[in-house]
Amino acid sequence: MKNIDSYTHARGESMYLDDIPVLNGTLFGVAFGSPLAHGAIRNLDISTALQSQGVIKIIVATEIPGENEIGGIIADEPLLAGHHVHFIGMPVAFVVAETEEAARVAVKKIAIDIEPLPVITDPREARKKGELIVPPRTFAIGDTTAAWSQCDYIFEGMADTNGQEHLYIETQGAYTIPQENGAIKVYSSTQGPTAVQRCVSRVLGLPMHQIEVDVTRLGGGFGGKEDQANTWAALCALATYLLKKPVKYSLNRMEDMLMTGKRHPYSSDFKIGLDKKLKIVAYEAVFHQNAGAAADLSPAVMERTLFHSTNSYYIPNVKSTAYSCRTHLPPNTAFRGFGGPQGMFVIEAAIAKAAAELGVDASDIQRKNLLQTGDEFPYGQKVVSEAGECWDKASSLYSADKLKEEIIAFNAANKWKKKGMSFMPVCFGISFTKTLMNQARSLVHVYSDGSVNISTGAVEMGQGVNTKMLQVAALTFSIDPARIKVNSTNTFRIANTSPSAASATADLNGKATLMACSAILNRLKQVAADDQQTSPDAITLKNEMVYKNGELTELSWKQLVMNAFIKRVSLSEHAHYATPAIHFDATKEKGHPFAYHVFGTAITVVTVDCLRGIYETDMVKIVHDFGSSMNPAIDKGQIEGGLVQGIGWMTMEEIIYDTAGKLRSNALSTYKVPDIYSVPREVAIHFLETQTDNLAIFRSKAVGEPPLMYGIGAYFAIHNAIKAFRPDAIIPFSAPLTPEKVLMSLHAALEPINEIDEQTVNHLAISI
Amino acid sequence: MAPIIVIYPNFKLTEPQITLIQFILNEKEISTPLPSGVLLLDFIRYHRHLTGTKIGCREGDCGACTVLVGECKGYQLHYRAVTSCLTAIGSVQDKHIVTVEGTNLPGVLNPIQQSMCDESATQCGFCTPGFVVSLAGFCLSDKVPSQQNAIASIDGNICRCTGYKSIERAANNITDLLQQRKDADPIEFATTNGILPAYFAGIKARLQVMAAHRTSNGKLEAGVVASHKFLGGGTDLYVQQHDTMHLETIDHLFNKPALNTIGQVENACYFGGATTVTDLMESAVMQQYFPDFRSVAKLISSTPIRNIATIAGNFINASPIGDFTIFFLALDAQLILSDGTTTRQLPLRKLYKGYKSLDKRPEEFIEKIYFQLPAANTRLSFEKVSKRTHLDIASVNTAICISTSGHIIERVALSAGGVGPVPAFLARTSAWLQGKPINNSVIEKAIEIAQTEISPISDARGSEAYKRLLLSQLFKAHFMKLSPGLALA
Repeated sequence: MKNIDSYTHARGESMYLDDIPVLNGTLFGVAFGSPLAHGAIRNLDISTALQSQGVIKIIVATEIPGENEIGGIIADEPLLAGHHVHFIGMPVAFVVAETEEAARVAVKKIAIDIEPLPVITDPREARKKGELIVPPRTFAIGDTTAAWSQCDYIFEGMADTNGQEHLYIETQGAYTIPQENGAIKVYSSTQGPTAVQRCVSRVLGLPMHQIEVDVTRLGGGFGGKEDQANTWAALCALATYLLKKPVKYSLNRMEDMLMTGKRHPYSSDFKIGLDKKLKIVAYEAVFHQNAGAAADLSPAVMERTLFHSTNSYYIPNVKSTAYSCRTHLPPNTAFRGFGGPQGMFVIEAAIAKAAAELGVDASDIQRKNLLQTGDEFPYGQKVVSEAGECWDKASSLYSADKLKEEIIAFNAANKWKKKGMSFMPVCFGISFTKTLMNQARSLVHVYSDGSVNISTGAVEMGQGVNTKMLQVAALTFSIDPARIKVNSTNTFRIANTSPSAASATADLNGKATLMACSAILNRLKQVAADDQQTSPDAITLKNEMVYKNGELTELSWKQLVMNAFIKRVSLSEHAHYATPAIHFDATKEKGHPFAYHVFGTAITVVTVDCLRGIYETDMVKIVHDFGSSMNPAIDKGQIEGGLVQGIGWMTMEEIIYDTAGKLRSNALSTYKVPDIYSVPREVAIHFLETQTDNLAIFRSKAVGEPPLMYGIGAYFAIHNAIKAFRPDAIIPFSAPLTPEKVLMSLHAALEPINEIDEQTVNHLAISI
Repeated sequence: MAPIIVIYPNFKLTEPQITLIQFILNEKEISTPLPSGVLLLDFIRYHRHLTGTKIGCREGDCGACTVLVGECKGYQLHYRAVTSCLTAIGSVQDKHIVTVEGTNLPGVLNPIQQSMCDESATQCGFCTPGFVVSLAGFCLSDKVPSQQNAIASIDGNICRCTGYKSIERAANNITDLLQQRKDADPIEFATTNGILPAYFAGIKARLQVMAAHRTSNGKLEAGVVASHKFLGGGTDLYVQQHDTMHLETIDHLFNKPALNTIGQVENACYFGGATTVTDLMESAVMQQYFPDFRSVAKLISSTPIRNIATIAGNFINASPIGDFTIFFLALDAQLILSDGTTTRQLPLRKLYKGYKSLDKRPEEFIEKIYFQLPAANTRLSFEKVSKRTHLDIASVNTAICISTSGHIIERVALSAGGVGPVPAFLARTSAWLQGKPINNSVIEKAIEIAQTEISPISDARGSEAYKRLLLSQLFKAHFMKLSPGLALA
């Protein structure tokens, strides 16, 4: 089944936040952000700005009726800076004017005097200074200290990954409308309607039942709108509360890039020990997460780094420690993979280093250490593994040995062009690692005309979750999908939702929808059984008709529904689902946190132009464990899209902050995401259909995040191509591997290349 | 965003010289008294409430706001995709603007849209209208309907969800659909085959009526008025002065046909100051003398930007990394500057006095650019490396124009961008190379000299060390291309 939203998408008729018809009297807000990364506010002068044409009000921290607090996990982030600023772009005031243009003119007239305080941008420096968001955490299994002596080879090193801008094409925004009796309706471009509701309620000091949050769809989220949509909704709601007027704020791109957090940069240390058979005996990693100025979701992201620090490998002795380091950057946040990719990059770097030192292919080490069913993760869960199946299938299906030979031949024949190849296995756990978040509700109404209406907590942001919800109902009732509508996500219809995140949205909301539909179906069967004078067990529904003991009756879906209505049988159901079997004890760092794991292997081949230091991805060939895909078209799209986003993170997407904490890559002209020419020329995806039972909806495994990590393969393929040109090249494990780093590795003097020295990025003379 | 309420000091309805801007938006004639600098994007979304055209970046880098501009040139109606976030309404006078709504058929998807759906080429959907419009432009273009041209038509559209493979598949399906077109007129083919709505068939006649009316009142053809801004494609001005452009009194260079001619006089090629990159790419003279020009231009920006960006604008923007500036520095292009009454000639190499500082008075604009066409023994190479190969600003770019006699260099001009405060003509390196044979040691020595002529700084496009190394490598690339037998170390 195709994505049900594609019709309106293609015609330009889908409604995003900025497309909502604006009510008469609507005012427009724009945030004034701090110009400095750290300091104490001496004076904030809004007098000139207030005189600016069209300005209605400029709101500052002291006018907040409730709490000036938006921190979700930890209460450490004010909505509006009161006395101190902690990052450039941190909202200090909110200008409300008759037009957006007037608000923007006025924002420039606000003067702020800040006493500068020391700025930290480097997470290792933050750790040294004790600037931690939460105490460090360690996941361990076996005994690494004792295990080093059993290792034949031990290698150590550093591996860094930079952040990543979400670059949802629709920027953040909110539109709030006053309702009767002090209630407020909030349209928000958010992945977490309940998070917005909770945040607005806290800031305004109103009970949650006064705040209705409604989300039709997002123009992309990728994690960036999981927690960070709250700010804009809270600012607009605050203005609506104070002025009793509708207020809208749709951020422009530069504001969005400047003021919102990104994927967390990590700087990590590793130590890996192997025996002569290339079995990994021990592994230690220390992660320094650059959390930015406030907690946001960083503690949870850090936790997932630890869960995935061994990727697809079984290692008997592991000790992984992670520090969430407070710096003066915008609070970094969720981004597809949620810390997992950062953890996986480090173990892959450790393996690459070991392979290079030992003169073997990294794939020799990788294959030997893949997880097998029954192996235990450092966090105590025993795995049901498809890792070996995915790898072996990829290897044979895509003739990996032949590919390797072809590359060797190509490299021998070409001086200035070299190819490189890599394997990237992925193992990703599905469930929110915070067990309580693994619950969802679905409200299903069957109307007396036989049409069906579904509300869940799932937010449609391109992942196709609406289509999957509709499929659940269509399959359960066995009716024409055209009879079913999926509603906007609304906190007055579905309460206490988890955000659409962690790849788990379709599973959680789909299971709840299945339960709701099944309950209605059972009641309908009873009605049909009464009508047909049989027992409900004898009744089935197929293609909108009622069958009795497998025999077609004259009773149609429409008639059955009407009969039920006439008999005063409920045609509505609100169902609740909570993932069974999962638990985690954070005091021991052990448990069974994931409903299941998703596996896959990607083979990547790249070509590096060794004269110019540029590269192309020739192919990425994947075998992915879908369980049993309920929608191959949508799921394939998730794999392709995730892969390319991962390649972008590993290659061209480079976030640059200077040491003053100022974002230098602050527009699409300076921050490049993949375009149509930069994606792999060939992408092949094989669906590994597995028969093992799992907790996914219809056994169709979650697919949102895992494919992003296939992109890590591009890094190591380029790495290998550079080595083919210059065997003694010193290539630091520092992603993204930009054309600059490639060219320097190929040709610069043989000394370790520092990362781009941020000290020197002090003068952007080049304008666009 | 709010409907734009413009504060426009010189705007008095009673003054007779105020001209309504007229164009056709989808099926409707539009006539608006808004200032000519108002952006088409804002007009479409917030005045006409056509919300299918999306805002992604407002700087021409994402393509979510792509619309088509149809213009009558002679008896032909041509459509080109442009980014409406950089296009002033004054620049589309008497033209046809097509948004995604203008491609919709009643009750069904058009084949472009259907193909996007069939291939699951839309996920969050926010970029989708831009892709649909760009592909509609491909269907209306008289370019060969090849897969390559189909992809080129969407090279200015960024999608963050799909990874593009599904979009490629959709584009290929559309290409297949156009195979039956043969020599038929693209507009006629598209309307008679249900690809686009039937009203497209009548647009040409309607535009001609509109233009005829315009010429008779002649307002926009009036001479240059003092104290205002010259606007070409707006691809730099609207990025740099976004907040104020709609308040300016604007002289729209696109509305001066005299500035939009390309031709050849003896061994010289000339083109007007409003000539766009696409105009130049499609011109017979460039295709004859610079067969590689298309592949060079493809590295520069994207299709919708090349459709509006002017070569002269690239010169005047004075970016140290301006791609066409570097290209034409090597060709020793000459500028004819005009203030409306007097003209003067200035070599491009003399235009730059310092960072963003020009030998040009505010009232002057580039009327014409000309350069000597290469002789048989002259060859040209352009090299550019950026973080992303396409639609990105170079870290370093360089061009060489070289005439050889046997192995000996008779004449050579080298230029380089991104390595100093202005786009640089490397005079000393060029002079030193004169009379030298092309071999390894000469190239190494030339690289050494070039390194003393440049002063790159570290910035978002790379460190100083990288830019120095990169320029050396690109020099080698020039010579390897020009002398394929050369075995460089």
